[in-house]
Amino acid sequence: MGMTITEKILAAHSGRESIVPGEIVNAKLDLIVCHDVTTPPAVAMLRKLGINKVFDPTKILVTPDHFVPNKDIKSAKLSKHLREWREEQGIERYYEIGNHGICHAIAPEQGHVLPGMTIVCGDSHTTTMGALGTFASGVGSTDLAAALATGELWFKVPESMLFELNGHLPVGVYSKDIILYIISKIGVDGARYKAMEYRGTALKDLTMEARFTITNMAIEAGGKSGIMPVDEISENYVKERTSDSYTIFNSDDDATYSDRFTIDVDQLEPIVALPSLPSNGRFIGEIERVKMDQVYIGSCTNGRIEDLRIAAQIMKGHKVAKGTRTIVVPATTEVWKTAMREGLLEIFADAGCVVSTATCGACLGGFMGVLGAEETCLSTTNRNFTGRMGDPRSKVYLASPATAAATAITGTITDPRDFLKAQAAKA
Amino acid sequence: MPELPNTFKGAAHVYERAHINTDEIIPARHLNVHEEAELAKYAMEDIDTGFIKRVKTGDFIIAGENFGCGSSREHAVWALRGAGIRVVVATSYARIFFRNAINNGFLAIECPEAIEMVKTGDEVEIDIQAGKLRNLTTGKEAGFVPLSDFARELIEDGGLLPHIQKKAAKA
Ligand code: SF4
Repeated sequence: MGMTITEKILAAHSGRESIVPGEIVNAKLDLIVCHDVTTPPAVAMLRKLGINKVFDPTKILVTPDHFVPNKDIKSAKLSKHLREWREEQGIERYYEIGNHGICHAIAPEQGHVLPGMTIVCGDSHTTTMGALGTFASGVGSTDLAAALATGELWFKVPESMLFELNGHLPVGVYSKDIILYIISKIGVDGARYKAMEYRGTALKDLTMEARFTITNMAIEAGGKSGIMPVDEISENYVKERTSDSYTIFNSDDDATYSDRFTIDVDQLEPIVALPSLPSNGRFIGEIERVKMDQVYIGSCTNGRIEDLRIAAQIMKGHKVAKGTRTIVVPATTEVWKTAMREGLLEIFADAGCVVSTATCGACLGGFMGVLGAEETCLSTTNRNFTGRMGDPRSKVYLASPATAAATAITGTITDPRDFLKAQAAKA
Repeated sequence: MPELPNTFKGAAHVYERAHINTDEIIPARHLNVHEEAELAKYAMEDIDTGFIKRVKTGDFIIAGENFGCGSSREHAVWALRGAGIRVVVATSYARIFFRNAINNGFLAIECPEAIEMVKTGDEVEIDIQAGKLRNLTTGKEAGFVPLSDFARELIEDGGLLPHIQKKAAKA
Protein backbone atom coordinates (compact mmCIF):
# COMPACT_ATOMS: atom_id res chain seq x y z
CA MET A 1 0.00 0.00 0.00
CA GLY A 2 1.26 3.46 -0.85
CA MET A 3 2.30 5.97 1.76
CA THR A 4 1.99 9.72 2.06
CA ILE A 5 5.04 11.94 2.44
CA THR A 6 4.19 12.32 6.14
CA GLU A 7 3.97 8.57 6.69
CA LYS A 8 7.27 8.05 4.87
CA ILE A 9 9.13 10.65 6.93
CA LEU A 10 7.77 9.23 10.19
CA ALA A 11 8.56 5.65 9.10
CA ALA A 12 12.13 6.57 8.13
CA HIS A 13 12.65 8.22 11.51
CA SER A 14 11.27 5.37 13.56
CA GLY A 15 13.18 2.59 11.85
CA ARG A 16 10.15 1.18 10.08
CA GLU A 17 9.51 0.07 6.53
CA SER A 18 5.93 1.16 6.59
CA ILE A 19 3.45 2.61 9.02
CA VAL A 20 -0.24 3.34 8.99
CA PRO A 21 -2.28 6.16 10.53
CA GLY A 22 -3.28 5.57 14.14
CA GLU A 23 -0.12 3.73 15.10
CA ILE A 24 2.04 5.22 17.80
CA VAL A 25 5.68 5.49 16.83
CA ASN A 26 8.77 6.81 18.53
CA ALA A 27 10.44 9.05 15.97
CA LYS A 28 13.97 10.41 16.00
CA LEU A 29 14.11 14.19 15.75
CA ASP A 30 16.39 16.17 13.46
CA LEU A 31 15.74 19.65 14.80
CA ILE A 32 14.31 21.04 18.02
CA VAL A 33 13.48 24.74 18.06
CA CYS A 34 13.35 26.58 21.37
CA HIS A 35 11.91 29.97 22.34
CA ASP A 36 11.55 32.05 25.47
CA VAL A 37 8.05 31.04 26.63
CA THR A 38 7.86 27.25 26.49
CA THR A 39 11.54 26.31 26.82
CA PRO A 40 12.29 27.61 30.35
CA PRO A 41 9.58 25.38 31.89
CA ALA A 42 10.92 22.41 29.90
CA VAL A 43 14.42 23.07 31.20
CA ALA A 44 13.07 23.38 34.74
CA MET A 45 11.42 19.95 34.37
CA LEU A 46 14.67 18.38 33.21
CA ARG A 47 16.62 19.95 36.07
CA LYS A 48 14.11 18.62 38.56
CA LEU A 49 14.68 15.12 37.20
CA GLY A 50 18.45 15.58 37.33
CA ILE A 51 18.82 15.49 33.54
CA ASN A 52 21.53 18.04 32.96
CA LYS A 53 22.53 17.39 29.35
CA VAL A 54 20.60 17.70 26.13
CA PHE A 55 20.88 14.74 23.77
CA ASP A 56 22.76 16.66 21.06
CA PRO A 57 23.39 20.41 21.13
CA THR A 58 23.95 20.54 17.37
CA LYS A 59 20.34 19.60 16.72
CA ILE A 60 18.89 22.42 18.75
CA LEU A 61 18.16 25.99 17.71
CA VAL A 62 17.41 28.71 20.25
CA THR A 63 15.89 32.10 19.57
CA PRO A 64 14.06 34.31 22.02
CA ASP A 65 11.06 35.77 20.18
CA HIS A 66 7.83 36.09 22.13
CA PHE A 67 8.52 38.79 24.68
CA VAL A 68 11.76 40.29 23.31
CA PRO A 69 13.31 42.76 23.65
CA ASN A 70 12.07 41.90 27.14
CA LYS A 71 8.77 43.56 27.89
CA ASP A 72 8.99 43.31 31.67
CA ILE A 73 10.97 41.84 34.54
CA LYS A 74 9.30 38.45 34.37
CA SER A 75 10.06 38.04 30.67
CA ALA A 76 13.63 39.22 31.27
CA LYS A 77 13.90 36.30 33.67
CA LEU A 78 12.68 33.88 31.00
CA SER A 79 15.18 35.19 28.44
CA LYS A 80 17.96 35.04 30.98
CA HIS A 81 17.16 31.40 31.75
CA LEU A 82 17.15 30.61 28.07
CA ARG A 83 20.46 32.38 27.48
CA GLU A 84 22.22 30.74 30.42
CA TRP A 85 20.89 27.31 29.54
CA ARG A 86 22.02 27.49 25.94
CA GLU A 87 25.47 28.58 27.06
CA GLU A 88 25.74 25.81 29.59
CA GLN A 89 24.64 23.26 26.96
CA GLY A 90 26.93 24.65 24.26
CA ILE A 91 24.16 25.20 21.74
CA GLU A 92 25.74 27.09 18.84
CA ARG A 93 22.62 27.89 16.86
CA TYR A 94 21.56 30.78 19.00
CA TYR A 95 20.04 34.01 17.77
CA GLU A 96 20.52 36.71 20.37
CA ILE A 97 18.76 40.08 20.19
CA GLY A 98 20.11 41.90 17.17
CA ASN A 99 20.21 38.65 15.21
CA HIS A 100 16.96 37.22 16.45
CA GLY A 101 13.68 36.41 14.78
CA ILE A 102 10.39 34.62 15.25
CA CYS A 103 11.36 30.96 15.53
CA HIS A 104 9.27 29.60 12.63
CA ALA A 105 10.60 32.29 10.32
CA ILE A 106 14.25 32.31 11.35
CA ALA A 107 14.80 28.54 11.36
CA PRO A 108 14.17 28.09 7.61
CA GLU A 109 15.58 31.52 6.71
CA GLN A 110 18.93 30.66 8.26
CA GLY A 111 19.14 27.30 6.51
CA HIS A 112 18.41 25.01 9.46
CA VAL A 113 15.37 23.36 7.89
CA LEU A 114 16.01 20.68 5.29
CA PRO A 115 13.58 18.50 3.37
CA GLY A 116 12.73 15.18 4.99
CA MET A 117 13.44 16.35 8.54
CA THR A 118 11.37 15.79 11.65
CA ILE A 119 11.07 19.00 13.65
CA VAL A 120 9.37 19.93 16.90
CA CYS A 121 9.13 23.16 18.78
CA GLY A 122 7.12 24.10 21.82
CA ASP A 123 4.86 26.21 19.67
CA SER A 124 1.73 25.44 17.71
CA HIS A 125 2.85 27.18 14.50
CA THR A 126 5.78 24.81 14.05
CA THR A 127 3.71 23.44 11.16
CA THR A 128 5.13 26.37 9.13
CA MET A 129 8.32 24.49 8.36
CA GLY A 130 6.42 21.70 6.61
CA ALA A 131 6.44 23.85 3.46
CA LEU A 132 9.97 22.54 2.89
CA GLY A 133 8.82 18.92 2.80
CA THR A 134 9.43 18.24 6.49
CA PHE A 135 7.30 16.79 9.25
CA ALA A 136 7.07 19.69 11.68
CA SER A 137 4.67 19.73 14.58
CA GLY A 138 4.00 21.81 17.66
CA VAL A 139 4.28 20.32 21.15
CA GLY A 140 4.02 21.43 24.76
CA SER A 141 6.81 21.88 27.28
CA THR A 142 6.81 18.30 28.59
CA ASP A 143 7.18 16.96 25.06
CA LEU A 144 9.88 19.52 24.47
CA ALA A 145 11.69 18.39 27.61
CA ALA A 146 11.49 14.74 26.52
CA ALA A 147 12.71 15.69 23.05
CA LEU A 148 15.65 17.67 24.41
CA ALA A 149 16.65 14.83 26.71
CA THR A 150 16.26 11.89 24.34
CA GLY A 151 16.16 13.24 20.77
CA GLU A 152 12.97 11.36 20.07
CA LEU A 153 9.26 11.65 20.71
CA TRP A 154 6.08 9.62 20.45
CA PHE A 155 3.68 10.44 17.65
CA LYS A 156 0.39 9.00 16.64
CA VAL A 157 0.76 8.68 12.88
CA PRO A 158 -1.77 11.17 11.49
CA GLU A 159 -4.16 10.57 8.65
CA SER A 160 -3.47 12.92 5.77
CA MET A 161 -5.85 15.29 4.00
CA LEU A 162 -4.99 16.29 0.47
CA PHE A 163 -5.55 19.83 -0.79
CA GLU A 164 -5.01 20.21 -4.49
CA LEU A 165 -4.47 23.87 -5.35
CA ASN A 166 -4.90 24.54 -9.04
CA GLY A 167 -4.78 27.57 -11.33
CA HIS A 168 -3.28 31.01 -10.84
CA LEU A 169 -4.02 33.48 -8.07
CA PRO A 170 -5.72 36.65 -9.36
CA VAL A 171 -4.03 40.01 -8.76
CA GLY A 172 -4.58 41.18 -5.18
CA VAL A 173 -5.15 37.65 -3.88
CA TYR A 174 -2.40 35.89 -1.94
CA SER A 175 -1.51 32.66 -0.18
CA LYS A 176 -3.05 34.05 3.03
CA ASP A 177 -6.38 34.18 1.22
CA ILE A 178 -5.97 30.54 0.17
CA ILE A 179 -5.46 29.32 3.71
CA LEU A 180 -8.17 31.55 5.20
CA TYR A 181 -10.49 30.16 2.53
CA ILE A 182 -9.58 26.55 3.37
CA ILE A 183 -10.11 27.12 7.10
CA SER A 184 -13.44 28.81 6.42
CA LYS A 185 -14.52 25.66 4.56
CA ILE A 186 -13.29 22.98 6.95
CA GLY A 187 -13.53 24.85 10.28
CA VAL A 188 -11.11 25.27 13.17
CA ASP A 189 -11.22 21.54 13.86
CA GLY A 190 -11.59 20.36 10.26
CA ALA A 191 -8.10 18.88 10.22
CA ARG A 192 -7.92 17.85 13.87
CA TYR A 193 -5.02 15.38 14.41
CA LYS A 194 -4.36 15.28 10.65
CA ALA A 195 -1.57 16.21 8.29
CA MET A 196 -2.65 18.81 5.72
CA GLU A 197 -0.84 18.02 2.50
CA TYR A 198 -0.81 20.45 -0.42
CA ARG A 199 -0.03 19.95 -4.04
CA GLY A 200 -1.19 21.26 -7.40
CA THR A 201 -0.24 23.63 -10.16
CA ALA A 202 -0.90 26.75 -8.10
CA LEU A 203 2.17 25.98 -5.97
CA LYS A 204 4.38 26.84 -8.95
CA ASP A 205 3.46 30.49 -8.57
CA LEU A 206 4.10 30.53 -4.84
CA THR A 207 7.49 31.51 -3.44
CA MET A 208 8.67 29.85 -0.23
CA GLU A 209 7.57 32.98 1.65
CA ALA A 210 4.05 32.53 0.32
CA ARG A 211 4.05 28.80 1.02
CA PHE A 212 5.09 29.19 4.65
CA THR A 213 1.94 31.27 5.21
CA ILE A 214 -0.19 28.30 4.20
CA THR A 215 1.54 25.64 6.29
CA ASN A 216 1.81 28.10 9.20
CA MET A 217 -1.94 28.07 9.66
CA ALA A 218 -2.47 24.28 9.61
CA ILE A 219 -2.95 24.47 13.36
CA GLU A 220 -5.83 26.93 12.90
CA ALA A 221 -7.73 24.04 11.34
CA GLY A 222 -6.56 21.77 14.17
CA GLY A 223 -3.92 20.12 11.95
CA LYS A 224 -0.94 18.25 13.36
CA SER A 225 1.21 19.39 10.47
CA GLY A 226 1.11 21.02 7.06
CA ILE A 227 3.33 19.72 4.31
CA MET A 228 4.24 20.43 0.69
CA PRO A 229 6.25 18.41 -1.80
CA VAL A 230 9.82 19.47 -2.51
CA ASP A 231 10.26 21.11 -5.92
CA GLU A 232 12.68 23.44 -7.65
CA ILE A 233 11.47 26.44 -5.68
CA SER A 234 12.01 24.78 -2.31
CA GLU A 235 15.30 23.20 -3.34
CA ASN A 236 16.65 26.55 -4.51
CA TYR A 237 15.57 28.12 -1.23
CA VAL A 238 17.45 25.49 0.74
CA LYS A 239 20.56 25.48 -1.45
CA GLU A 240 20.90 29.25 -1.19
CA ARG A 241 21.20 28.79 2.56
CA THR A 242 23.12 25.61 3.26
CA SER A 243 25.19 22.91 1.64
CA ASP A 244 24.00 20.22 4.06
CA SER A 245 22.55 17.14 2.39
CA TYR A 246 18.99 15.93 2.76
CA THR A 247 16.51 13.31 1.65
CA ILE A 248 13.41 14.07 -0.37
CA PHE A 249 10.27 12.06 0.31
CA ASN A 250 7.25 12.03 -1.99
CA SER A 251 3.74 10.72 -1.54
CA ASP A 252 2.96 7.59 -3.55
CA ASP A 253 0.25 7.79 -6.19
CA ASP A 254 -1.76 5.20 -4.30
CA ALA A 255 -1.33 6.79 -0.88
CA THR A 256 -4.46 6.96 1.26
CA TYR A 257 -6.07 10.26 2.21
CA SER A 258 -8.92 10.70 4.63
CA ASP A 259 -10.24 13.62 2.58
CA ARG A 260 -9.45 15.28 -0.72
CA PHE A 261 -10.24 18.84 -1.72
CA THR A 262 -9.63 20.61 -4.99
CA ILE A 263 -9.42 24.38 -4.92
CA ASP A 264 -9.37 26.45 -8.03
CA VAL A 265 -7.45 29.47 -6.81
CA ASP A 266 -8.55 31.58 -9.83
CA GLN A 267 -11.92 31.83 -8.13
CA LEU A 268 -10.62 33.32 -4.91
CA GLU A 269 -10.91 36.89 -3.70
CA PRO A 270 -9.31 38.65 -0.75
CA ILE A 271 -10.64 37.12 2.45
CA VAL A 272 -11.09 38.57 5.90
CA ALA A 273 -11.69 36.31 8.93
CA LEU A 274 -14.12 38.09 11.22
CA PRO A 275 -13.78 37.94 15.02
CA SER A 276 -13.30 35.63 16.91
CA LEU A 277 -12.38 32.49 15.00
CA PRO A 278 -9.89 32.00 12.15
CA SER A 279 -12.64 30.04 10.38
CA ASN A 280 -14.89 33.12 10.05
CA GLY A 281 -13.44 33.98 6.64
CA ARG A 282 -15.62 35.90 4.16
CA PHE A 283 -14.88 37.32 0.74
CA ILE A 284 -14.13 40.97 1.22
CA GLY A 285 -17.04 42.06 -0.99
CA GLU A 286 -19.51 40.42 1.40
CA ILE A 287 -18.54 42.25 4.57
CA GLU A 288 -19.09 45.67 6.06
CA ARG A 289 -16.32 48.25 5.91
CA VAL A 290 -15.75 48.21 9.65
CA LYS A 291 -13.53 50.96 11.06
CA MET A 292 -10.14 49.80 12.38
CA ASP A 293 -8.37 51.37 15.33
CA GLN A 294 -5.22 49.47 14.46
CA VAL A 295 -3.60 47.56 11.62
CA TYR A 296 -0.86 45.03 12.42
CA ILE A 297 1.47 43.67 9.74
CA GLY A 298 3.82 40.98 10.98
CA SER A 299 4.09 37.58 12.75
CA CYS A 300 5.31 34.15 11.69
CA THR A 301 2.39 34.08 9.26
CA ASN A 302 3.02 37.27 7.32
CA GLY A 303 6.12 39.08 8.51
CA ARG A 304 8.50 37.88 5.80
CA ILE A 305 10.16 40.12 3.22
CA GLU A 306 7.64 39.39 0.49
CA ASP A 307 4.82 40.38 2.84
CA LEU A 308 6.49 43.69 3.57
CA ARG A 309 7.11 44.30 -0.14
CA ILE A 310 3.44 43.72 -0.89
CA ALA A 311 2.33 46.04 1.89
CA ALA A 312 4.85 48.72 0.93
CA GLN A 313 3.83 48.61 -2.71
CA ILE A 314 0.30 49.54 -1.71
CA MET A 315 1.28 52.08 0.94
CA LYS A 316 3.85 53.94 -1.15
CA GLY A 317 2.89 57.59 -1.46
CA HIS A 318 -0.05 57.24 0.93
CA LYS A 319 -0.60 58.09 4.56
CA VAL A 320 -2.29 55.80 7.03
CA ALA A 321 -5.75 57.01 8.03
CA LYS A 322 -6.12 59.26 11.04
CA GLY A 323 -7.25 57.09 13.91
CA THR A 324 -5.73 53.88 12.50
CA ARG A 325 -2.46 53.14 14.25
CA THR A 326 -0.40 50.95 11.94
CA ILE A 327 2.35 48.70 13.23
CA VAL A 328 4.80 46.82 11.03
CA VAL A 329 6.83 44.02 12.61
CA PRO A 330 9.38 42.20 10.43
CA ALA A 331 9.55 38.52 11.40
CA THR A 332 13.34 38.38 11.65
CA THR A 333 16.31 40.72 11.88
CA GLU A 334 17.31 39.67 8.36
CA VAL A 335 13.87 40.68 7.06
CA TRP A 336 14.23 44.01 8.87
CA LYS A 337 17.63 44.63 7.29
CA THR A 338 16.46 43.67 3.81
CA ALA A 339 13.44 45.92 4.19
CA MET A 340 15.76 48.73 5.18
CA ARG A 341 18.03 48.21 2.19
CA GLU A 342 15.09 48.10 -0.18
CA GLY A 343 13.66 51.31 1.21
CA LEU A 344 10.52 49.64 2.56
CA LEU A 345 11.03 50.92 6.09
CA GLU A 346 11.11 54.44 4.72
CA ILE A 347 7.85 53.91 2.85
CA PHE A 348 6.22 52.65 6.05
CA ALA A 349 7.65 55.48 8.14
CA ASP A 350 6.57 58.12 5.61
CA ALA A 351 3.09 56.65 5.59
CA GLY A 352 2.94 57.08 9.35
CA CYS A 353 3.47 53.47 10.45
CA VAL A 354 5.48 52.36 13.43
CA VAL A 355 8.17 49.82 12.52
CA SER A 356 9.35 47.50 15.27
CA THR A 357 12.23 45.09 15.63
CA ALA A 358 11.35 41.42 15.13
CA THR A 359 9.15 40.04 17.90
CA CYS A 360 5.93 38.13 18.44
CA GLY A 361 4.84 41.28 20.22
CA ALA A 362 1.17 42.00 19.91
CA CYS A 363 0.36 38.87 17.87
CA LEU A 364 -0.30 37.17 21.18
CA GLY A 365 -1.22 40.30 23.10
CA GLY A 366 2.25 40.55 24.62
CA PHE A 367 3.32 44.12 23.90
CA MET A 368 4.01 46.53 21.00
CA GLY A 369 0.39 47.10 20.05
CA VAL A 370 -1.86 45.45 22.63
CA LEU A 371 -5.55 46.32 22.11
CA GLY A 372 -7.79 48.07 24.60
CA ALA A 373 -11.47 47.34 25.30
CA GLU A 374 -13.78 47.56 22.25
CA GLU A 375 -10.85 48.31 19.93
CA THR A 376 -10.66 46.79 16.46
CA CYS A 377 -7.56 45.55 14.68
CA LEU A 378 -7.04 44.13 11.22
CA SER A 379 -4.04 41.86 11.52
CA THR A 380 -1.93 39.66 9.26
CA THR A 381 -1.45 37.20 12.14
CA ASN A 382 -3.09 33.80 12.42
CA ARG A 383 -5.58 33.78 15.29
CA ASN A 384 -8.31 36.16 16.31
CA PHE A 385 -9.60 34.37 19.41
CA THR A 386 -11.20 36.37 22.21
CA GLY A 387 -8.47 38.37 23.96
CA ARG A 388 -5.72 37.13 21.65
CA MET A 389 -4.28 40.60 21.04
CA GLY A 390 -5.33 42.25 24.27
CA ASP A 391 -8.54 43.08 26.05
CA PRO A 392 -11.18 40.32 25.78
CA ARG A 393 -13.60 42.92 24.41
CA SER A 394 -11.29 43.87 21.52
CA LYS A 395 -11.96 42.47 18.04
CA VAL A 396 -9.39 41.06 15.64
CA TYR A 397 -9.87 40.58 11.89
CA LEU A 398 -7.38 38.45 9.96
CA ALA A 399 -6.29 39.19 6.39
CA SER A 400 -3.36 39.34 3.96
CA PRO A 401 -0.65 42.04 4.11
CA ALA A 402 -2.20 43.65 1.00
CA THR A 403 -5.62 43.92 2.63
CA ALA A 404 -3.95 45.21 5.78
CA ALA A 405 -2.07 47.92 3.87
CA ALA A 406 -5.20 49.04 2.00
CA THR A 407 -7.14 49.08 5.26
CA ALA A 408 -4.44 51.14 6.98
CA ILE A 409 -4.75 53.82 4.31
CA THR A 410 -8.55 54.15 4.38
CA GLY A 411 -9.12 53.25 8.04
CA THR A 412 -11.89 50.80 7.19
CA ILE A 413 -11.67 47.25 5.82
CA THR A 414 -10.64 47.79 2.21
CA ASP A 415 -10.12 45.60 -0.85
CA PRO A 416 -6.45 45.87 -1.87
CA ARG A 417 -7.46 45.51 -5.52
CA ASP A 418 -8.87 49.07 -5.38
CA PHE A 419 -5.34 50.34 -4.88
CA LEU A 420 -3.63 47.87 -7.18
CA LYS A 421 -6.02 48.78 -10.02
CA ALA A 422 -5.39 52.49 -9.53
CA GLN A 423 -1.64 51.86 -9.57
CA ALA A 424 -1.87 49.78 -12.72
CA ALA A 425 -3.93 52.48 -14.42
CA LYS A 426 -1.27 55.09 -13.60
CA ALA A 427 1.60 52.95 -14.82
CA MET B 1 4.41 4.62 41.19
CA PRO B 2 1.04 4.76 42.90
CA GLU B 3 -1.72 3.02 41.00
CA LEU B 4 -4.08 5.39 39.23
CA PRO B 5 -7.37 5.42 41.14
CA ASN B 6 -10.29 4.13 39.13
CA THR B 7 -12.84 6.71 40.16
CA PHE B 8 -12.73 10.47 40.41
CA LYS B 9 -15.46 12.59 41.92
CA GLY B 10 -16.00 16.34 41.89
CA ALA B 11 -18.22 19.30 41.08
CA ALA B 12 -18.68 20.26 37.45
CA HIS B 13 -17.95 23.58 35.73
CA VAL B 14 -19.73 23.34 32.41
CA TYR B 15 -18.78 25.32 29.27
CA GLU B 16 -21.20 24.31 26.56
CA ARG B 17 -19.26 25.98 23.78
CA ALA B 18 -17.01 24.33 21.22
CA HIS B 19 -13.42 25.51 20.58
CA ILE B 20 -12.55 26.77 24.04
CA ASN B 21 -9.01 27.75 23.20
CA THR B 22 -5.82 28.03 25.21
CA ASP B 23 -5.92 31.84 24.96
CA GLU B 24 -9.16 31.59 26.94
CA ILE B 25 -7.91 28.98 29.39
CA ILE B 26 -4.83 31.08 30.18
CA PRO B 27 -4.38 34.39 28.32
CA ALA B 28 -0.96 34.97 26.77
CA ARG B 29 -0.35 38.06 28.87
CA HIS B 30 0.27 35.70 31.81
CA LEU B 31 2.77 33.46 30.02
CA ASN B 32 5.72 35.28 31.53
CA VAL B 33 5.42 32.85 34.45
CA HIS B 34 5.00 29.08 34.58
CA GLU B 35 4.30 28.23 38.22
CA GLU B 36 0.96 26.43 38.55
CA ALA B 37 -0.23 28.43 41.55
CA GLU B 38 0.55 31.73 39.81
CA LEU B 39 -1.12 30.69 36.53
CA ALA B 40 -4.16 29.37 38.39
CA LYS B 41 -5.09 32.90 39.48
CA TYR B 42 -5.92 33.75 35.87
CA ALA B 43 -7.44 30.48 34.67
CA MET B 44 -10.44 31.03 32.39
CA GLU B 45 -10.54 34.73 33.33
CA ASP B 46 -11.45 36.03 29.87
CA ILE B 47 -14.55 33.86 29.53
CA ASP B 48 -15.59 33.27 33.14
CA THR B 49 -14.43 35.73 35.76
CA GLY B 50 -16.21 33.74 38.49
CA PHE B 51 -14.41 30.46 37.78
CA ILE B 52 -11.43 30.95 39.99
CA LYS B 53 -13.63 31.96 42.93
CA ARG B 54 -15.91 28.93 42.58
CA VAL B 55 -13.45 26.17 41.75
CA LYS B 56 -12.40 23.66 44.41
CA THR B 57 -9.76 20.96 44.40
CA GLY B 58 -11.01 17.85 42.66
CA ASP B 59 -13.46 19.65 40.38
CA PHE B 60 -14.20 18.79 36.75
CA ILE B 61 -14.41 20.92 33.63
CA ILE B 62 -17.02 19.77 31.15
CA ALA B 63 -16.89 21.26 27.66
CA GLY B 64 -17.81 20.88 24.00
CA GLU B 65 -15.81 20.04 20.91
CA ASN B 66 -12.15 20.78 20.22
CA PHE B 67 -11.31 21.80 23.79
CA GLY B 68 -7.91 23.43 24.15
CA CYS B 69 -7.41 24.47 20.53
CA GLY B 70 -4.93 27.15 19.56
CA SER B 71 -1.56 27.75 21.13
CA SER B 72 0.58 24.84 22.33
CA ARG B 73 1.07 26.37 25.77
CA GLU B 74 1.16 23.66 28.39
CA HIS B 75 0.40 26.54 30.75
CA ALA B 76 -3.26 25.74 29.96
CA VAL B 77 -2.99 22.35 31.66
CA TRP B 78 -0.94 23.80 34.52
CA ALA B 79 -3.38 26.67 35.10
CA LEU B 80 -6.32 24.25 35.32
CA ARG B 81 -4.47 21.83 37.54
CA GLY B 82 -3.21 24.68 39.70
CA ALA B 83 -6.81 25.82 40.10
CA GLY B 84 -7.73 22.39 41.43
CA ILE B 85 -9.23 20.78 38.33
CA ARG B 86 -8.49 17.05 38.22
CA VAL B 87 -10.42 15.94 35.16
CA VAL B 88 -11.56 17.55 31.93
CA VAL B 89 -14.43 15.88 30.09
CA ALA B 90 -14.97 17.26 26.59
CA THR B 91 -16.79 16.21 23.44
CA SER B 92 -13.39 16.20 21.75
CA TYR B 93 -9.90 17.72 22.14
CA ALA B 94 -7.43 19.68 20.12
CA ARG B 95 -4.38 17.49 19.71
CA ILE B 96 -1.70 19.49 21.49
CA PHE B 97 -3.90 20.02 24.55
CA PHE B 98 -4.63 16.29 24.71
CA ARG B 99 -0.93 15.46 24.41
CA ASN B 100 -0.06 18.01 27.08
CA ALA B 101 -2.74 16.59 29.38
CA ILE B 102 -1.61 12.98 29.25
CA ASN B 103 2.06 14.02 29.22
CA ASN B 104 1.31 15.64 32.59
CA GLY B 105 -0.60 12.66 33.90
CA PHE B 106 -3.76 14.79 33.75
CA LEU B 107 -7.06 13.15 32.83
CA ALA B 108 -8.72 14.29 29.60
CA ILE B 109 -11.80 12.20 28.87
CA GLU B 110 -13.84 12.27 25.67
CA CYS B 111 -17.55 11.95 26.35
CA PRO B 112 -19.91 13.75 23.97
CA GLU B 113 -22.97 13.18 26.20
CA ALA B 114 -21.46 14.98 29.16
CA ILE B 115 -22.42 18.53 28.16
CA GLU B 116 -26.02 17.45 27.67
CA MET B 117 -26.45 15.75 31.02
CA VAL B 118 -24.37 17.87 33.40
CA LYS B 119 -25.03 21.40 34.66
CA THR B 120 -22.54 23.59 36.50
CA GLY B 121 -22.57 22.64 40.17
CA ASP B 122 -23.66 19.01 39.63
CA GLU B 123 -21.55 16.38 41.35
CA VAL B 124 -20.06 13.97 38.83
CA GLU B 125 -18.08 10.79 39.06
CA ILE B 126 -16.06 8.98 36.43
CA ASP B 127 -14.94 5.41 36.45
CA ILE B 128 -12.02 5.28 34.07
CA GLN B 129 -11.75 1.51 34.02
CA ALA B 130 -15.39 0.97 33.17
CA GLY B 131 -15.62 4.08 30.95
CA LYS B 132 -18.65 5.43 32.83
CA LEU B 133 -19.58 8.97 33.74
CA ARG B 134 -22.28 9.45 36.38
CA ASN B 135 -24.08 12.63 37.27
CA LEU B 136 -24.54 12.01 41.01
CA THR B 137 -26.94 14.96 41.26
CA THR B 138 -29.41 13.67 38.65
CA GLY B 139 -28.51 9.98 38.57
CA LYS B 140 -27.94 10.04 34.79
CA GLU B 141 -25.14 7.96 33.28
CA ALA B 142 -23.15 7.92 30.07
CA GLY B 143 -20.37 5.76 28.70
CA PHE B 144 -17.10 6.88 27.18
CA VAL B 145 -14.32 5.17 25.33
CA PRO B 146 -11.71 4.29 27.96
CA LEU B 147 -8.24 5.78 27.54
CA SER B 148 -5.97 3.99 25.10
CA ASP B 149 -3.42 1.68 26.70
CA PHE B 150 -0.67 4.09 25.76
CA ALA B 151 -2.40 7.10 27.33
CA ARG B 152 -3.22 5.11 30.45
CA GLU B 153 0.35 3.97 30.79
CA LEU B 154 1.59 7.55 30.56
CA ILE B 155 -0.94 8.78 33.09
CA GLU B 156 -0.20 5.88 35.43
CA ASP B 157 3.51 6.62 35.27
CA GLY B 158 2.73 10.20 36.26
CA GLY B 159 3.35 11.68 32.81
CA LEU B 160 5.80 11.46 29.95
CA LEU B 161 9.02 12.32 31.77
CA PRO B 162 8.63 9.79 34.60
CA HIS B 163 7.54 7.32 31.91
CA ILE B 164 10.76 7.84 29.97
CA GLN B 165 12.83 7.57 33.12
CA LYS B 166 11.11 4.33 34.00
CA LYS B 167 11.84 2.94 30.55
CA ALA B 168 15.46 4.09 30.73
CA ALA B 169 15.88 2.45 34.15
CA LYS B 170 14.55 -0.85 32.77
CA ALA B 171 16.75 -0.77 29.67
S1 SF4 C 1 4.22 35.42 15.77
FE1 SF4 C 1 2.36 34.94 16.90
S2 SF4 C 1 1.72 32.96 16.17
FE2 SF4 C 1 3.82 33.25 15.49
S3 SF4 C 1 5.06 32.26 17.06
FE3 SF4 C 1 4.85 34.39 17.63
S4 SF4 C 1 3.05 34.48 18.97
FE4 SF4 C 1 3.00 32.54 17.92
